[in-house]
Amino acid sequence: MSTRTPASGSGRPPQDPAAPPDPRLDPMGAPSGTTVLGPDDVARALTRIAHEVVERNKGVDDVVLLGIPTRGLPLARRLAQRLAQVEQVPVDGLVGSLDVTMHRDDLAHQPTRTIGDTYVPGAGIDGKVVVLVDDVLYSGRTIRAALDAISDLGRPRAVQLAVLVDRGHRELPIRADYVGKNLPTATAERVRVLLAEIDGEDRVVIEGTGR
Amino acid sequence: MRHLLSASDLDLSQAVLILDTAAQMAATQAREIKKLPTLRGRTVVNLFFEDSTRTRISFETAAKRLSADVINFSAKGSSVSKGESLKDTALTLQAMGADAVVIRHQSSGAPHTLARAGWTDGAVVNAGDGMHQHPTQALLDAYTLRRHLVGDRGRADATGRDLAGVHVAIVGDVLHSRVARSNVQLLRTLGARVTLVAPPTLVPVGVDAWPAEVSYDLDDVLTTGPDAVMMLRVQRERMSSAGGGFFPSPLEYTRGYGLDARRLAMLPDHAVVLHPGPMNRGLEISADAADSPRAVIVEQVANGVAVRMAVLYLLLAGGEQAGRTTEGRADARTDETRVHA
Amino acid sequence: MTTYLLTGARLLGGDPTDVLVADGVVAALGARARDGGGQVVDADGLVLLPGLVDLHTHLREPGREDAETVESGTRAAALGGFTAVHAMANTTPAQDTAGVVEQVWRLGRDAGWCDVHPVGAVTVGLAGERLAELTAMARSAARVRVFSDDGKCVDDPVVMRRALEYVKAFDGVVAQHAQEPRLTQGAQMHEGVVSAELGLTGWPAVAEEAIVARDVLLAEHVGSRLHVLHVSTAGSVEIVRWAKARGIDVTAEVTPHHLMLTDELVRGYDPRYKVNPPLRTAADVEALREGLADGTIDTVGTDHAPHPREDKDCEWAAAAFGMTGLETALSVVQAVMVDTGRSTWADVARVMSGAPARIGRLTGQGRPIAVGEPANLTLVDPSARRVVVPEQQATASVNSPFAGSELPGRVVATFLRGRATVLDGALVEQGVHA
Repeated sequence: MSTRTPASGSGRPPQDPAAPPDPRLDPMGAPSGTTVLGPDDVARALTRIAHEVVERNKGVDDVVLLGIPTRGLPLARRLAQRLAQVEQVPVDGLVGSLDVTMHRDDLAHQPTRTIGDTYVPGAGIDGKVVVLVDDVLYSGRTIRAALDAISDLGRPRAVQLAVLVDRGHRELPIRADYVGKNLPTATAERVRVLLAEIDGEDRVVIEGTGR
Repeated sequence: MRHLLSASDLDLSQAVLILDTAAQMAATQAREIKKLPTLRGRTVVNLFFEDSTRTRISFETAAKRLSADVINFSAKGSSVSKGESLKDTALTLQAMGADAVVIRHQSSGAPHTLARAGWTDGAVVNAGDGMHQHPTQALLDAYTLRRHLVGDRGRADATGRDLAGVHVAIVGDVLHSRVARSNVQLLRTLGARVTLVAPPTLVPVGVDAWPAEVSYDLDDVLTTGPDAVMMLRVQRERMSSAGGGFFPSPLEYTRGYGLDARRLAMLPDHAVVLHPGPMNRGLEISADAADSPRAVIVEQVANGVAVRMAVLYLLLAGGEQAGRTTEGRADARTDETRVHA
Repeated sequence: MTTYLLTGARLLGGDPTDVLVADGVVAALGARARDGGGQVVDADGLVLLPGLVDLHTHLREPGREDAETVESGTRAAALGGFTAVHAMANTTPAQDTAGVVEQVWRLGRDAGWCDVHPVGAVTVGLAGERLAELTAMARSAARVRVFSDDGKCVDDPVVMRRALEYVKAFDGVVAQHAQEPRLTQGAQMHEGVVSAELGLTGWPAVAEEAIVARDVLLAEHVGSRLHVLHVSTAGSVEIVRWAKARGIDVTAEVTPHHLMLTDELVRGYDPRYKVNPPLRTAADVEALREGLADGTIDTVGTDHAPHPREDKDCEWAAAAFGMTGLETALSVVQAVMVDTGRSTWADVARVMSGAPARIGRLTGQGRPIAVGEPANLTLVDPSARRVVVPEQQATASVNSPFAGSELPGRVVATFLRGRATVLDGALVEQGVHA
């Protein structure tokens, strides 16, 4: 079992969630559709997930949250804050980001994507429990790419997955360990997650049908 | 972005996007596992009609680190040296299925001919054409400058930043230099100020139209405290009558336009020295200057791989419509809402 | 020979009149014309010009038949309204002996599409070192009067002096391709703002002007006449203007492409725009138009330079210099000079027929359209517009810079000593010569 040297991305720790929205991230236009989660729902879901993480891993020793850009990142930070509060540990060592763009299998079918930051806190991920954090789980391909990206960074003891919304329609054998809300959807529908850090408010909306 | 033929192809947001992407690539190259699967299944052909081991290896490394297949085609010992035309060579490569052709050629405009003629469907990357352009060199120079001057030698985050306010002096044979042409354009696009320093014989007629100042006096320019000095390679052959008689002797050149320890000391503390390589130690740059801590020449080479990875990624990774939209910001839509075929 | 009655033709763009062409001459004009019968050619709205004379064509035969032959080149000439062309000497073997010039002259005669007057090389092999047998060529069946090393410059001042002196014996003229070779080594395009940006070695205007200045002074000194080919710079126009004011016997030529195109076109590195002398700036183009309008420039010569595809289907530096032009020349001149009001059709007749015939000492060409004169005539429809499609042209090569462009005017008919070589805009295929 090789122990790999800690990997770091551009070397920056994640931003303070209380800071104003990152101007480089483009908020989406106003959504139209049915709101299925409001701000309070989102907050409660995250709190519950935090407690589940603690319970399942018997504390947060050796736990590292890696948020998948774009919106997995602020979710990861918020989870990290809750974990820090519950377990009375510093936030900084708990959370990082994992950009999966370069490991995706569908790059050729879309316009070129900008590459986001990859940052792993502390001593890396070898032997740790990595909890991937993303906003929506759908086909599972993003998570597959994330698993590939993780294997370039080190060898964790285990990898778990936390998502705010699971909308079904998996194309790969991937499942989430922690789910904010299960949301059965039709493929024609579109699930949009808005977060205060990026979009100015917390909301989950389903668009595209007469719901 | 369909091809990269010239620094003038890039506007500010595209240039910054390439630099930011290069930074991400550089981060991956600091890991133990440097290879990424991103361009798996793509074929990159290095079509080098002019000898250049360094640049070719840099592109080859960049392509391989992204898991692309690489085919090296060099002029020596191939059908090209027997007189096969650019057209026929390109058609052969097309038959092999090149997704990208990285071309270095002694004729200015050869990459444009290749891109325009329809002999290949692939993306064309100019790795240096005659005296015309060397856009990836300018990009790695800009990346290096940004990292040092804006990013405090890498200690500060330079993402999204340009080179506004930076003053760069480019010194040497401007007339024959594709590195100079690309740098003048790209630095200007990034908001920097450029001063060209050369003897009058090595500055082109028509340089007045360039977005740069021109000076014949190096010491004069150094006293203005530029943030960076870029030394261009000067070819000894150009001093002979057969080579055009541009300059009377190497010694006179070095006295007037060579960077030595004395001139180095005139620079402000934060200033850096660049050189596209290969260097003529003792001619345009002294050993002292080349080996001094201000010289970032070795780093330029490393940055070259990251920059070329970024260029290949941005040209090849996206789909057919990739050429039209590369917004310089993270995709705003939720990743998983895309409907997969 | 068929008799033709051209009805309602506007002579030199003037009032319409009827023209009877019979037995090789203009047999009658005006009311008397209708008495002669003949095949009617409806020339309503069409302009009648004297048959065009090109002092500067490359027919490529012998040696480069892959690009053009005398047959294909003269077919192109007829379609372009030309009744006589001068075939430049840079063939393989070069036209530097009586034998070769007679060969080319015969090929032209046998093809029958227009008169072919071979140009004699000034120096042996166009090497610029010693004079070719100019007298032998002058006395040959080809009766050479125009001598040129075109493609190359006679840069040795002593050789140029000798040539200028020597041709006086038979009223010949030396036509110089003005290009100082050392200043233009490796040159690819005009030296200026565009070349600086494109990284292409420049061809400075001074390399042409210095030779023109030297040559007019030499011509003055030895009392000779001089013809300057393809003037391309504003400076050259000024020098010629100065020389003429001084009484020097110099004539000058401009090509259609130099009247219309600039070096900005080189930006895409498309070798269609590669030519020698190169395309220059807008200021140069304006000076050339001005010079043609005020008579400083005497003739329009096509410098028709066909090249096989592979010599243009490549990177710039590897491409050959040259553009085709026989079938587009008149249209370009119309677009640039007549339609803009700078010249009349009478001026066109002067610069594309009268003056070149005079400089070439051709009797029977470039004559006024009058009763009794040889019927070398060109009938043009100035209101037509056509898109240039090189593949459809009669020239064997497709290197036209006007490909895809729409140009005004169309040659409807061409008559060579009363025989129609072109009717209804198409070649009259018979191959019989008078």
